[in-house]
Amino acid sequence: MSEHEVKKLEEIFEARIARDEKIEPKDWMPEKYRKTHIRQMSQHAHSEIVGMLPEGNWITRAPSLRRKAALLAKVQDEAGHGLYLYSACETLGVSRDELFEQLHSGKAKYSSIFNYPTVTWADMGAIGWLVDGAAIINQVPLCNTSFGPYARAMVRVCKEESFHQRQGYEIMLTLCKGSEEQKEMAQDALNRWWWPSLMMLGPTDAESVHTEQSMKWKLKRKSNDELRQQFIDQTVPQADILGLTIPDPDLKWNEETGHYDFGEIDWDEFWQVVKGHGPCNKERMKARVDAWENGAWVRDAAMAHAEKKQKNLKEAI
Amino acid sequence: MNNNLYNYILGVADNSLILAQRLGELCGHGPTLETDIALTNISLDLLGQTRSYYQYAAKIKGEDATEDSIAFLRLEREYKNVLLVEQPNTHFGFVIARQFLFDVYHYMIMQQLQNSKDLNLAAIANKGIKEVSYHKRFSSDWVKRLGDGTSESNQKIQEAIDALWRFTDELFDILEADQKMINEGVAVDVSKLKAAYYEEVSEVLKEANIQIPESKYFTRGGKKGIHSEHMGYLLADLQYMQRTYPNMTW
Repeated sequence: MSEHEVKKLEEIFEARIARDEKIEPKDWMPEKYRKTHIRQMSQHAHSEIVGMLPEGNWITRAPSLRRKAALLAKVQDEAGHGLYLYSACETLGVSRDELFEQLHSGKAKYSSIFNYPTVTWADMGAIGWLVDGAAIINQVPLCNTSFGPYARAMVRVCKEESFHQRQGYEIMLTLCKGSEEQKEMAQDALNRWWWPSLMMLGPTDAESVHTEQSMKWKLKRKSNDELRQQFIDQTVPQADILGLTIPDPDLKWNEETGHYDFGEIDWDEFWQVVKGHGPCNKERMKARVDAWENGAWVRDAAMAHAEKKQKNLKEAI
Repeated sequence: MNNNLYNYILGVADNSLILAQRLGELCGHGPTLETDIALTNISLDLLGQTRSYYQYAAKIKGEDATEDSIAFLRLEREYKNVLLVEQPNTHFGFVIARQFLFDVYHYMIMQQLQNSKDLNLAAIANKGIKEVSYHKRFSSDWVKRLGDGTSESNQKIQEAIDALWRFTDELFDILEADQKMINEGVAVDVSKLKAAYYEEVSEVLKEANIQIPESKYFTRGGKKGIHSEHMGYLLADLQYMQRTYPNMTW
């Protein structure tokens, strides 16, 4: 294809996006669009899969049968989200095995939040309330993103995420209405998860390298800082209802702007975690790599069995 | 309270709880995303059944009993599950072999329990049998995949079947409470299921190229509350929160 032809295709493509048309897997798309989507969707899928681990950590110890069932169902939903997102990603011509390879080698990232440990039961509440809350703020706009398979996957993901968030908040509410020890447990969880949740919305606008392009392709509608402000404005009143204190001495309502002002995020910590040196990065990766390696004989068996069946079927015909 | 009925229900329900707990340990660690989802799903089904049984048992027991007090405040010696379900996950072959050996049995029980004169138990079985039939299909299929897959997978599932075989005979033991409930048309007479069980299991194993173990030596005790050494650790995890923070709402 000549340079001129490519330019022409690009113009048609940009015009389609401007008209809010969905781009489908067989449509022409710029290579950078394809690559950006593989990167973002696979990162999202990896986050769902790695995200099963911190919560999976409490399944055997959940304090009531009802909570145990809800937690199991939630983690199962996350595996399902991973599955849709990998499938959506595969429509762009990359295989799930390749994506796993990128995760296991550290080439692909996943959400930094899952590198924090779940040390008490209250963390199940805080994750649902704060982490899923921040995820929803990031993800709701994606239901209208330009790439069809991603947008459709997100409609389903967002529905389930909202449900999880309510469940998480309900855990926090139960703890806060409970004994002194339970309330302390809830406050401690908020103290540990607050800042990492704010970091989930990404680096500040000045530092965010992908924002401009993502806005153009409707992968993003608002900047990181705008989304973070939205998250804080929505979450502070919820903490008030719980009777919990947000661990930020600089947090206060600003009459003029109609928003909460808040303190400085520890970006050194953020980059440390993103670069692989957070509290659980090594453990999370090891769990995923072990699952993959220890499962190799099972996947080989399934493949060998399927081939035998196919062969028998052919011979029978 | 009807002690025999209460004990009979626990005998059935404890199997589901303990197996659900074992499967819950695997979450996020499976060989593929699909098996991870399936095993979590089975765990969730079993847990749902457990809750229905325990809620009924709590009603029979009266006082302050709840599904949670029954699950979290009994001692190891009071648990009535069979030894099979408390066996560790060791590797995927063990997970599948344990599931298969249990599912065939579980399905047979549920089939008959639907005709129980106790309408609550009949209703629980009626709802549960659909789930258990799915479990059985899943585990039987995987027994075949592993048995008739590669030589490594054949050897691994054979190893698991060999190791777990000694726990199968206990499935058909009948305690005093069970016998009384059988006489009243409430309980399933599992002793009568034995021949059909071994026949069905053997058929699947044969199709999967797995040798049927010939051992005549069996281990029993779970139904009477005499468990393997694995059980204490399993309960330590399961009951930790309720033991550490008694009498609270979660």
